[in-house]
Amino acid sequence: MAHFIDRRLNPKDKSLGNRQRFLRRAREELRQVFNKRLKSTRIADVDAGHAVTVSSSTTDEPSFRQAGSTGRRTVVLPGNNVYSAGDRIPRHGQAGGQIGRQAGETAPDDDFQFVLNREEVLDLFFEDLELPDMVKLHLKEVQSFKFRRAGYTTTGTPANINVGRTMRNSLGRRIALRRPSRNELDEITRQISELENREQTPAIRLQLVKLQETLRRLMLRRKLVAYVDPLDIRYNRFEARPVPNTTAVMFCLMDVSGSMGEREKDLAKRFFVLLHLFLKRRYERTEIVFIRHTHEAKVVDEDTFFYSMQSGGTIVSSALDEMQRVIAEKYPANEWNIYAAQASDGDNSPYDSNRCQEILKGGLLAACQYFAYVEIIDARERDIFHATENGTPLWKAYRTVSDRDSRLQMVRLAAPEDIYPVFRHLFAKHGYSGSE
Amino acid sequence: MRPGTELQQPLFHGSDWNFDLLQRVYDAVAQVAYEDLHLDTYTNQLEIISAEQMLDAYSSIGMPLMYRHWSYGKRFLREEQLYRGGHIGLAYELVINSDPCICYLMEGNTAALQTLVIAHAAFGHNHFFKNNQLFRQWTDASAILTYLDFAKSFVRQCEERHGVATVERVLDASHALMDQGVFRYRRPGRLSAEREKARERERVVHAERTFNDLWRTLPSFAFKSASGETGAADQFAEEENILYFIEKNSPILEPWQKEIIRIVRFLAQYFYPQRQTKMMNEGCATFVHYTIMNLLFERGLLEEGHMLEIIKSHSEVIFQPAFNDPRYGGLNPYALGFEMMRDIQRICTQPTPEDREWFPDIAGKGEWRDVLLEAWASHRDESFVRQFLSPSLIRKMRLFALVDDASDSYVEVTAIHDDRGYEAVRSALADSYDVTAHQPDIQVIGADLAGDRCLRLRHSIRNGVMLQEESRDATLRHLAMLWGYEVRLTGIDGRNGETVYEQSTKAAPESS
Repeated sequence: MAHFIDRRLNPKDKSLGNRQRFLRRAREELRQVFNKRLKSTRIADVDAGHAVTVSSSTTDEPSFRQAGSTGRRTVVLPGNNVYSAGDRIPRHGQAGGQIGRQAGETAPDDDFQFVLNREEVLDLFFEDLELPDMVKLHLKEVQSFKFRRAGYTTTGTPANINVGRTMRNSLGRRIALRRPSRNELDEITRQISELENREQTPAIRLQLVKLQETLRRLMLRRKLVAYVDPLDIRYNRFEARPVPNTTAVMFCLMDVSGSMGEREKDLAKRFFVLLHLFLKRRYERTEIVFIRHTHEAKVVDEDTFFYSMQSGGTIVSSALDEMQRVIAEKYPANEWNIYAAQASDGDNSPYDSNRCQEILKGGLLAACQYFAYVEIIDARERDIFHATENGTPLWKAYRTVSDRDSRLQMVRLAAPEDIYPVFRHLFAKHGYSGSE
Repeated sequence: MRPGTELQQPLFHGSDWNFDLLQRVYDAVAQVAYEDLHLDTYTNQLEIISAEQMLDAYSSIGMPLMYRHWSYGKRFLREEQLYRGGHIGLAYELVINSDPCICYLMEGNTAALQTLVIAHAAFGHNHFFKNNQLFRQWTDASAILTYLDFAKSFVRQCEERHGVATVERVLDASHALMDQGVFRYRRPGRLSAEREKARERERVVHAERTFNDLWRTLPSFAFKSASGETGAADQFAEEENILYFIEKNSPILEPWQKEIIRIVRFLAQYFYPQRQTKMMNEGCATFVHYTIMNLLFERGLLEEGHMLEIIKSHSEVIFQPAFNDPRYGGLNPYALGFEMMRDIQRICTQPTPEDREWFPDIAGKGEWRDVLLEAWASHRDESFVRQFLSPSLIRKMRLFALVDDASDSYVEVTAIHDDRGYEAVRSALADSYDVTAHQPDIQVIGADLAGDRCLRLRHSIRNGVMLQEESRDATLRHLAMLWGYEVRLTGIDGRNGETVYEQSTKAAPESS
């Protein structure tokens, strides 16, 4: 006899746990592979599956195994069409090469390649990164609830009956009200039938009547005292608890003015793509506001922000004004964790730079948990500015603020390969305070 | 065709199948298997699975239940890569030595292939598992699934209690010693998940009952060995099963760690017969499916087109490239096993004078079924080759023996398929199937628990074959982790008893 079972609909990914364990083991090496690759691939490619190669050393499984190139062994091979007994074959000939494999050796595990899916790639990328100082917990109106067990109740749906409790109550009540047990009844019935089979003397008949009376009483009592009474029933009680939501909003401010060349815009965009991915991946509930500015600022949607072209003069403070307006309108600072990332080439008029400084000092920075300023500069400028406090007007203006307030962090970005390090620098866990 | 049998209606047309059809096919195959081949099988449980599930099954060494470990994830990734890259095809089936015997059938197989696969796995392998003496003696088919269930949940509980990384360390170390975790000569006890669980519960309860925090506060003092001198007599006899020794004697392992070692040890023991009978097992299954398919075809139950498809798969399975073919990757166990069994059939029914000389007891006996059933029941690969490899098959496969000595820059052909060579080829081939001869012989020779607690191992070097040093040292480190103290491995040349090398885990960190 055979049984056929259709397993095709069984849950897939039975070995997911094994895969995760393997990735954890290879983590260190995977991270190195990615750090290297970041310099060559485009940032937007992060958001996809990646083929990676892991060397055998990290994931080696050692054992006592025999070394192939030692000792003396005899092997048997098929398909002889040339040799006769006594022939001597040079070792490095074709046959010799084959012999090495045949001899029961497990070939050393080669490096092997496999594909990481998008989630795993992003996890690797954003490991140890977080939005700093996410403190303001606020219960928004749109709340999510989580049900938790909270004792027992006398009302509820049948699905929630707690059998253990119910039967405990039932047992207690049955004992208290002395509900006759089945054994008792059986015993009396047995006695009755025994007496009935005997010779019917008056004494016995009297006994019989008595017994039958007892039996009737017990039966009645059994009927009156139910086995399980509605009184006994207890239900599991569940309580809905609101889940506290951390509410956070990220402002992405990008300069798209004429002074920003193709290269600068590209770098800025790549930075924001990475930021966008990071937020999407790590903070499901974080809202993102995209603001781009020339001489005037505008709140735009994601697509426009990343893909549309625009140009004009430069007034950086317009973006900060816009941000302030949006905060006042939608994201009261006492309820929201507010973050901002600004990218610009720093080319701003000294007058406006001072204005930016005033706006930041005058409350905008206080409303923020963290404000990252990324200045996109020329590769040559990087060498010049590297050691000095000097810089573009905007940089100098921000500098005076950031010296006093560590919530404002500033970095310079000159080439695509800097993006990830800069990003890590800005968002590394506990890494932002005091390091520049 | 046997006289009197009439042509029957084909079992199916076309290549689609459904469960009714599989049942009909199964019944037809079963009839042939039991009545014509006298097979004796466990109850079958046939499970239809998808390609993905087949990959899953591959990576957990073919078992339907397995504890979690990263090495299985690695295997999965590798198989998946090979499969998706088109380098390997997936097996049509996978069969597990259990009672009931579980066979996985791939959903992508055509009806004809399913017929082939049912005959191959559900009858061929199944019969072998149930009847071969190695499996009967050394594994317990009825208990393996419940035992695996126990093992899986036990490892999971340990992970919850002690952390994944801690458990992984013990598993890694035990896996490294898996080959040395087998009793080769002593029959192991029967598995029982219930008993294991009870044992484990007892341990925990006992530990909790006897827990007394005061013990921790006692000042520790040096333990003087009874004899008063360190490194004196060893308390232990030599032991070939290193994992067993560690489980029973390690001074540092906690009960749960010992239990994990025990699990790995049992699995190693369970798979040990499989490694010794690979060629026979596959040969038996291939011979069974070949015979059954031909009988079904003769009786008209299979159409010609289906038969062609089956023959194509069959010939792919038993394809044996020659040694100098780029596709050559060792002797194909399917091919050799199948050819040998066909050869036995031929010797029984149409013997040549040569066969009568070599196999006087079976040549011309006629009843090849009994000879094969007997061989399947009582042999393993090594003894099967030694007993049944015939000169005619040596000629047919053109087998030849080579001696490969690392100290020589030439390999020497010692025997080919001629009168002088048959015995030597046969004997060399049999030796090459001897599993014990191809694993390094490493044994525990002692540990002085009262002294420095150094665990001493001996590697008896056969024919000058050494161990891969890197892997050896890593394995020793694993072993030292389980033992808790120094581990020293000494390589002794098997011929003259000279010490060839000595490796200690203590010296290792200093030198590196």
